[in-house]
Amino acid sequence: MELFNLGIRSIFIDNMIFAYFLGMCSYLAVSKKVTTAIGLGAAVIFVLTVTVPANWLLNEYVLKEGALSWAGDTFATIDLSFLRFIMFIAIVAAITQLVEMIVEKFAPALYGALGIFLPLIAVNCAILGAALFMAQRDYTLAEATVYGFSSGIGWLLAIVALAAIREKLKYSNVPNGLKGLGITMLLTGLMGIAFMSFMGIDL
Amino acid sequence: MKFLRDLLDKQKPLFHKGGKLENLFYLYEAGETFLFSPNHTNGIKGAQVKDAIDLKRMMITVVIAMIPCLLFGIYNTGHQHFLATGQTAGLWEDFGPKFLLGLQLVLPIVIVAYAAGGLVEAAFAVIRKHPINEGFLVTGMLIPLVVPATIPLWQVALATIFAVVIAKEVFGGTGMNVLNVAMTARAFLYFAYPAQISGDLVWTYLGDKAPVDGFSGATALAVAYNAGVDGQPVTQALAEHNSVMGDGIYSFANMFMGWIPGSIGETSTLMCIIGALILIGTGVGSWKIIVSGFAGAYIMGVVMNLFAVNEYMAMSPEYHWVVGGLAFGMVFMATDPVSAAQTETGKWIYGLLIGFLTVIIRVTNPAYPEGIMLAVLFMNVFAPLIDYYVVKANKNRRLQRATV
Repeated sequence: MELFNLGIRSIFIDNMIFAYFLGMCSYLAVSKKVTTAIGLGAAVIFVLTVTVPANWLLNEYVLKEGALSWAGDTFATIDLSFLRFIMFIAIVAAITQLVEMIVEKFAPALYGALGIFLPLIAVNCAILGAALFMAQRDYTLAEATVYGFSSGIGWLLAIVALAAIREKLKYSNVPNGLKGLGITMLLTGLMGIAFMSFMGIDL
Repeated sequence: MKFLRDLLDKQKPLFHKGGKLENLFYLYEAGETFLFSPNHTNGIKGAQVKDAIDLKRMMITVVIAMIPCLLFGIYNTGHQHFLATGQTAGLWEDFGPKFLLGLQLVLPIVIVAYAAGGLVEAAFAVIRKHPINEGFLVTGMLIPLVVPATIPLWQVALATIFAVVIAKEVFGGTGMNVLNVAMTARAFLYFAYPAQISGDLVWTYLGDKAPVDGFSGATALAVAYNAGVDGQPVTQALAEHNSVMGDGIYSFANMFMGWIPGSIGETSTLMCIIGALILIGTGVGSWKIIVSGFAGAYIMGVVMNLFAVNEYMAMSPEYHWVVGGLAFGMVFMATDPVSAAQTETGKWIYGLLIGFLTVIIRVTNPAYPEGIMLAVLFMNVFAPLIDYYVVKANKNRRLQRATV
């Protein structure tokens, strides 16, 4: 039940986009078509589900203060948490490379559609953000996995909704200066207002 | 009439291309079409079919449908004031003074909303060269109906301008917005100035008079929520509320009629139903959205009953229909043809989810006593996605049938 609540929380209440504004770059850039948005969203879900637990293991057994105690008493007092950023990014980048290779091999159409944006996930702040939140909030391994997975779902939901709206926006008459990213930023803000409906729910 | 027509025709060349006031053409056109039915003809030859109902008539139908709510709201505003200050208890006593007081409070809000919205609309029409649409007649009427009568007028103006610019004009004007304009205005007020649009003190206008002893300005939703927290049966808490002013202020029948404090136009479920009948009868509003919205709220109410852990969750589901603004929101906000789902299947899903979400937010979210506003906005955001999948499913079904 706790895990379920955590899942709901990270999809709706602590939504990566609307509560923390993380992962905005690919959110704004790849939301022109629903199909591409779903592809990218699925990639984010996958990467998050894999990297957050991986980073949890790394944090728990290498980086945290006293985490190296399994290697002997001499290491018991070492605190490597200052390496968190760089190590987390390294793990994320490595796994993203892996995903890219797998997608290229098994789903060439998706690979073609995502193009440059798949490597971009490596520097997607939502991925690193999730890893850092996980470390900060002292999740267990199970919680970290659920958190990664459901944050990804929240992100997918946000980008797919935006993509559907942007497809509809083709029929709108947006002022020249606001076309493209400008109107998308405004839209994100308006969607954020709508997502306020869940803020404050205590699960 | 002839003299008016002549006057307009005489000025016409001024506004046409090459005329002195060419920039103000759309203002002229708005004035002209407001006074006379437009005489547009198409240059194309051959038979043409034209629907008698155009955007103008559609919008004015919505305004007409709102009039029962507005009139009721005006009288109820006065009635609540007289009730709370202990001047008269009877429903129809002091009819004149009550109505006048209500008029005095509500009319300025309507005027300010129309003036602010109209000004922005006109400015955009001149600069961006698009015709002035009657959409703002609806928005300017909806905004006063969803705010409390005590709201400062400058806030009404600010919210109207914000909503018209950010939620409508940046997308290109009427028919191209994503979120419902009036709901955006209300959400703006709600998050920017919560003190004037939420809580217990804003719903009844007291003026300089002191309320009767033991008066509480809490809305039915707040009473129900607090009963849930305190573990008191909700119907009992509602029945006992403000008993100094008379019995059963928050009884089911009274809440259905709408003699309760709240935003100006939302209190009466009966008036909303009349409005709904006008909208459905003329084909302007979608009955699917209205029916599925009410059904959604009822179903979620039943689900809450089944898993009730507090008294509020155990409240019988039909109460969700009459407390707060569910009826008004479902009838006038959710059916907005621009921001709602466009496909027929999509409308069922859209309405149902609004009903679900409203009750979920009401019951579980302590930050917001009422959920309909954010539920409508939330589903506005997802309406294009619903449409996308309904269309896609339709395509797939037809592709399967097709034989090449």
